[in-house]
Amino acid sequence: MAEKSGADILVECLIDLGVEVVFGYPGGAVLPIYDALFNHPKIRHVLVRHEQGATHMAEGYARSTGKPGVVLVTSGPGATNAVTGITDALMDSIPMVVITGQVPTHLIGTDAFQEADTVGITRHCTKHNYLVKSPNKLASVVHEAFHIATTGRPGPVVIDIPKNVQIATAPYSKPERFEHASYRPQTKADPAAIATAVEMLAAAERPIFYTGGGVINSGPEASELLREIAALTGAPVTSTLMGLGAFPASSGQWLGMLGMHGTYEANWAMNKADLIVCVGARFDDRVTGRLDAFSPDSKKIHIDIDRSSINKTVDVDLPIIADVASALTDMIALWKDRGHKAADLSEWWARIEGWRARNCLAYPDSHEEIMPQEAIAQLYKASRTAKDVIITTEVGQHQMWAAQHFGFDAPNKWLTSGGLGTMGYGFPAAIGAQLGNPDSLVVCVAGDASIQMNIQEMGTASQYRLPVKIFILNNEYMGMVRQWQELTYESRYSNSYSDSLPDFVKLAEAYGWTGIRIEGPQELEAGIRQMIDTPGPVIVDCRVAKLSNCFPMIPSGAAHTDMLLDPSQVEGIMSDEAKALV
Amino acid sequence: MHIQEEISERHVLSLTVSNEAGILARIAGLFTARGYNIDSLTVADITPDHAISRITIVTSGPPKVIDQIMAQLDRLVPVHKVTDLTENGPFVERELALVKVAGTGEDRIEALRLADVFRAKVVDTTIESFIFEITGTTDKIDNFIGLMRQIGLVEVGRTGVVGLIRGKEPN
Repeated sequence: MAEKSGADILVECLIDLGVEVVFGYPGGAVLPIYDALFNHPKIRHVLVRHEQGATHMAEGYARSTGKPGVVLVTSGPGATNAVTGITDALMDSIPMVVITGQVPTHLIGTDAFQEADTVGITRHCTKHNYLVKSPNKLASVVHEAFHIATTGRPGPVVIDIPKNVQIATAPYSKPERFEHASYRPQTKADPAAIATAVEMLAAAERPIFYTGGGVINSGPEASELLREIAALTGAPVTSTLMGLGAFPASSGQWLGMLGMHGTYEANWAMNKADLIVCVGARFDDRVTGRLDAFSPDSKKIHIDIDRSSINKTVDVDLPIIADVASALTDMIALWKDRGHKAADLSEWWARIEGWRARNCLAYPDSHEEIMPQEAIAQLYKASRTAKDVIITTEVGQHQMWAAQHFGFDAPNKWLTSGGLGTMGYGFPAAIGAQLGNPDSLVVCVAGDASIQMNIQEMGTASQYRLPVKIFILNNEYMGMVRQWQELTYESRYSNSYSDSLPDFVKLAEAYGWTGIRIEGPQELEAGIRQMIDTPGPVIVDCRVAKLSNCFPMIPSGAAHTDMLLDPSQVEGIMSDEAKALV
Repeated sequence: MHIQEEISERHVLSLTVSNEAGILARIAGLFTARGYNIDSLTVADITPDHAISRITIVTSGPPKVIDQIMAQLDRLVPVHKVTDLTENGPFVERELALVKVAGTGEDRIEALRLADVFRAKVVDTTIESFIFEITGTTDKIDNFIGLMRQIGLVEVGRTGVVGLIRGKEPN
C-alpha cells in the first residue's frame, strides 16, 4: 500500500468521518496539515481571528447541527488559547475534536519555541486526549477520538500531533469498526429501573419533569419522546438553561426555566412536587439553590448517561443510567403496555396556576427607556416571521433575559454557555451555527461587556459572508456583576462600569457590516425589523435601561421558596455564608 | 464564618487500566482537581503483554464522596474496572516497607527481637545498622516503625497498599 504523510492521513480520516468544516488558525507546528488542506475540495477550513473563537464556533456548529465540531490550531499559544472553549465544551457536554500541532517528538520537553505541554494542560478539561507519536497510530487515534467525543456523554477530545509525525509516512486504510478496550458507555437502561420509574410516575400526585441539556444531546428524537411522555402523564415540564427548546415553550404544560433566574411556578412546583423526574440534567447549583431545602418532599428519578452525575449533589431514589431517548422509549412503551392512564392532576395544576398567576416575569413599563426584557420580547415577536431562528448568547443579564423572554419550541435552536459561563461564547457560536445552518436567522444576544471578549471574529463573519446578527443590550455595565454588587455589597460598583465602550455602529461599518443604533422604545420595533431584513451581518446597539435587574432571582444560598420577585425585596446585604457562594 | 468538615472513612480501591502514557497523571489529577484524598497509590503492569496495569488507591472520605470517586474513576476512558475492596470485602491488603535502624549493644539485640516478632527480614546489615524488610497491613507496619523509632530509626521507604478480593473470583 502506498504510504501517506501523517498530515494526509489526518485529512483522509476527517473525510472518512464526514467532517465538512474545520475551524482553525495556522502556525508553525501545523503547517504540514495546512498544506494538506490547501484548496481542499471537500473540507472547508474557516479561518478564525483567535483560537478561542474557533472552539466556540465549533461548539455552536455542534450544538445546532448535532455533528461534532472540529478545531485545528498550532502548538503553544494556539493550544492554550483553545483551552477556555475546550473547558466550556466539557462543562456543557458538546462533542468536539481539537487537533493541535506540537513541536517534533525529539524537541518535546526541551522548552522549544511554541512548545506547551498540551496533553498535560488539557488532561482535565477534555473527555480524553492523545499525544500521537507515530503516523502508524494516527488513523486509529483520530477515529477513536471522534467515537469518544460523540458517544456516551459527549465532550471535547484533543489530539496533539508533533510536526514530524505530520510529515513522516505510514500506510492508511479506513479503520474497520472497532470495540474499545475499556470505553463502553451504558446507553440502555436497566428494565427493572424502568418498571419502577413507570409505577412511580403512575402513582404520583404532584409529578414534574425536570429536563436538561441531555435531552438535546440525545438527539431530536429525545425531544419528541419528552413531548410524548409529558402528554401521556399530563405532568408539568420545566428545564434547565441548557435544555431550553427540548419541550415547546408554547405548550400549556411548560412552566418555564427553573433555578436561580427561573420562574416562580417552576421553582415552587419543584419545591412542592412529590415526584421529580430528572431527564438529562445534573442538579447543578444554579438549579438547586440551597441543597438542604431543595424539593424536600419528593421522590427523585434521575435519568443520566453519566453515572458520576448520580447522587453528586442531590441524593436520588431511582437512578437510571441510560441515553435519554432510549430510557424514554422504554418508559413510554411500558406505560402503554401496562395500560396506565394520566392520573387526575387537577389539584396539582390548580396550585401551579396559582403560582403562575404571580406573573413573575412581568417587568416595569417605560416610555423613556427601553426595558431589556421588552427588547427580548420584541426580538422574539419579530423573529417569528423568519422560518428558522437560532439564538446564541454571551453570559450575563442579557443571557437570563433571553432565556426568560424568548420562547423556544424546538431543540438545537438555543446556544448558550451554561456550565462554564464563558463571556465571549455567543458571537463565535453564532458564526459556527450560521455555517451549519446557512438559511437560518442566527442572532447573538449580547451584552456590551461580553461582546468585546471575542469581537475580533467580526472579520471571520465578513470573510465568509455570514449574515449573523449581534443584538447588544447595551446598559454600559457588566450588568450581572453590577446586580450582585447591588444585592451583596450595598451598590459599591467596583469595576463593573463599561468605560470607554466603542461606537458599535462605527465598528460595524469598519468591518463592512451594517450598524444600527436603537435609542428609545419608539425605535425598537423598526430597528429589530431592519436588523432581520438586512441580508448581511448586522450589529444592533440597543441602548437599554441601565440599572435594570434580572428577576425573579434566588439569591446564593437561598431556597426555591425564598425567591426575590422584584427590587423592593432586595436588602443589599448578605451573610458571609451566602457571600462565599458563587 | 467557619468552614465545616465531614467525617471520613478509609477505602481501598483497586483499578485496572490501560497501561498508556499519562494514565497515572490522569488519575492523580482527578483526585486533586476534585479535592479527594490519596493516602497511598501503587501501580504496576500485570499482564504478559504489559497492556494492563493495576492501580491500588487508599483514599478517605464520607461514603457519598467515595461513591463519587468510584464513578469519576470509572468514566475515565482508559479505566477498565474499578472495585471498592472495602465495600466488596473480604479482601487481603499488604504493604511492604524497608526500615533502616541504627544502634549498638542492647538496642541492636532489641531491634532483632522485635523484627522476629513482626516477621521482618534483615536485608542489609553493618556493624551499626540493619535494613528490615517487612510486609503486612498498614497498621502493622505503622506499629513496627513506631517501635523502631524508639530504638534508632534512620529512615523508611514504603510501597503503599496493594490488595485483592479473597476467594477464587477476580475483583
